[in-house]
Amino acid sequence: MGKTIAEKILGHHAGGEVKAGDFLLAKVDLMMGNDGSLPLVFEASRRIREFGVRSPEKTIMVLDHYCPSPSKEVSRLQEEIRDFAREYDCLLYDCGEGICHRLLPENGHVLPGMLVVGADSHTVTYGALNLFATGVGSTDLAVAMNWEMLWFRVPETIRLQIEGKLPRGLCGKDVALYIVGSLGSSGAASRAIEFSGRAIDEMDVEGRLTLCNMMVETGAEAALMPFDGMTERWLKPLKIQGDHEPVKADDDAHYEREIAYDISGLEPQIAFPHEVDNVQPISSTRGVRIDMAFLGTCTNGGPEDLRIAARILKKRRVHPGVRFIVSPASRKVVEEALADGSYQTLIESGAMVNPPGCGPCVGAHGGIPADHTNVLSTANRNFLGRMGNREANIYLCSPATLAASVVRGEITDPREFLA
Amino acid sequence: MGVAHTFGDDINTDYIIASSRKRDTVDPKKLARYLMEDIRPGFGLQVKKGDFLVAGRNFGCGSAMEIAPLVVMAAGIRAVIAKSYARSFYRNAINLGLLVLEADTDLIDEGNLLEIDHSGLIHDVTKGERIQTRPFPPLIKDILDAGGIIPYMERKYPRSSP
Repeated sequence: MGKTIAEKILGHHAGGEVKAGDFLLAKVDLMMGNDGSLPLVFEASRRIREFGVRSPEKTIMVLDHYCPSPSKEVSRLQEEIRDFAREYDCLLYDCGEGICHRLLPENGHVLPGMLVVGADSHTVTYGALNLFATGVGSTDLAVAMNWEMLWFRVPETIRLQIEGKLPRGLCGKDVALYIVGSLGSSGAASRAIEFSGRAIDEMDVEGRLTLCNMMVETGAEAALMPFDGMTERWLKPLKIQGDHEPVKADDDAHYEREIAYDISGLEPQIAFPHEVDNVQPISSTRGVRIDMAFLGTCTNGGPEDLRIAARILKKRRVHPGVRFIVSPASRKVVEEALADGSYQTLIESGAMVNPPGCGPCVGAHGGIPADHTNVLSTANRNFLGRMGNREANIYLCSPATLAASVVRGEITDPREFLA
Repeated sequence: MGVAHTFGDDINTDYIIASSRKRDTVDPKKLARYLMEDIRPGFGLQVKKGDFLVAGRNFGCGSAMEIAPLVVMAAGIRAVIAKSYARSFYRNAINLGLLVLEADTDLIDEGNLLEIDHSGLIHDVTKGERIQTRPFPPLIKDILDAGGIIPYMERKYPRSSP
């Protein structure tokens, strides 16, 4: 019987034919940890006799959650990570370089056909480049660092066929929110999601990264995009050395479920507090006033996201009642936004721009909302207390919706600005 | 033999151990007394070594932090028995060597005395019944028999460097 992309990649790394439901030990190509998870990974590593990092060049550490450090305790943990990276010669991206899930694709660390684990749930993002990437626990990552192997259960695959043409003013985020709303927060629990369809063929890698990123909000273990011209175009400027192997599902692959969506008539989508799957089309939101707006994160902190927002904010001002915060996802994103002028436009419109990193997404610093305020955000989670205050409401949307809304001071359909 | 303590569906990792308790310490031994505190106050102090946590579907959903299974183990729980588990809790439990059995837990009542035999069969001593559990795949059984993923790997691949 034919194989899904997940079955092929896991089988290849386990050295044999595998099918959904099999348990196996597989060779891992790349391991990632960040300042949110590494302190616990180090603790787990102390339980391994004669612990060592088997392949330092495949072990990447990123300081992104708390950058620059908001406290001396965090500074101490970050020093520990720097010391560890130095001792074992691991690749370290220090504070200010950007978010792990932007840096790894951007710098060519994650490539088609790979098996990648990260001690962070949004590791699924990398599947946009036709590879199997998943979030794991701290013992998992310590084991993978020491043995370059980990156990897996080969997941059943749900195939999502996205047909139709994405309407003007919408982007990958609207599709992602729509799917999360439709599948629900455990609709793809422990499953792999494989994407196909015309809307996917026409979506560039930036949109695909956003889409894969958010699939963890359906409980998915991995999200996998096809390899095609879009992938090639994105990889080309990275001048990748060495080989990578695109993986295609067989025509007779077995899928647990196949779901088709037609997005031709889709409206901009909004996730209401306090669940990511509490999604409504924008036409059903009436006069939701916003006090704070946040553009950034591993979901929507890329160059295209800043560009879309700048296009709407050009020659316009942020509404006086709104604190508008931007956290570009990486230094390269900042450089690109400076070069094409979107950085300047955002500043001129009245935005506060944080250094590259996760910013206020996890409520550590960089813009913590006040009690009884509404926050509109391009992030991936709106759980109660997520941004550091349980008395605030978080709404999720696309960068275009965010930009239109900061001008009006309430949740606004961006298509009114793109006529 | 141990006592069955029954819980419902979707017991998340914040119920297993509240975030507010984790602010003061992350030592599982110190946190064990707060096990399930938010949904059953005082539970962590009643539970005895060898007891069982019995639950419905999707046990251990929510945050993937390993502290949840570590606290369950530190409280002396012999095994968790549930209809199903959230992926991250299941992974972490197997990695740490915590026995996580799948069974039709509607058959088990609060306070019943349970025993597990080598084949994973549950004996409900109070009712005099036997309850089937879903057999572990060979790899998972080997990991659990070794006491978790670290001892398993240390035995199977003794040299940490090639």
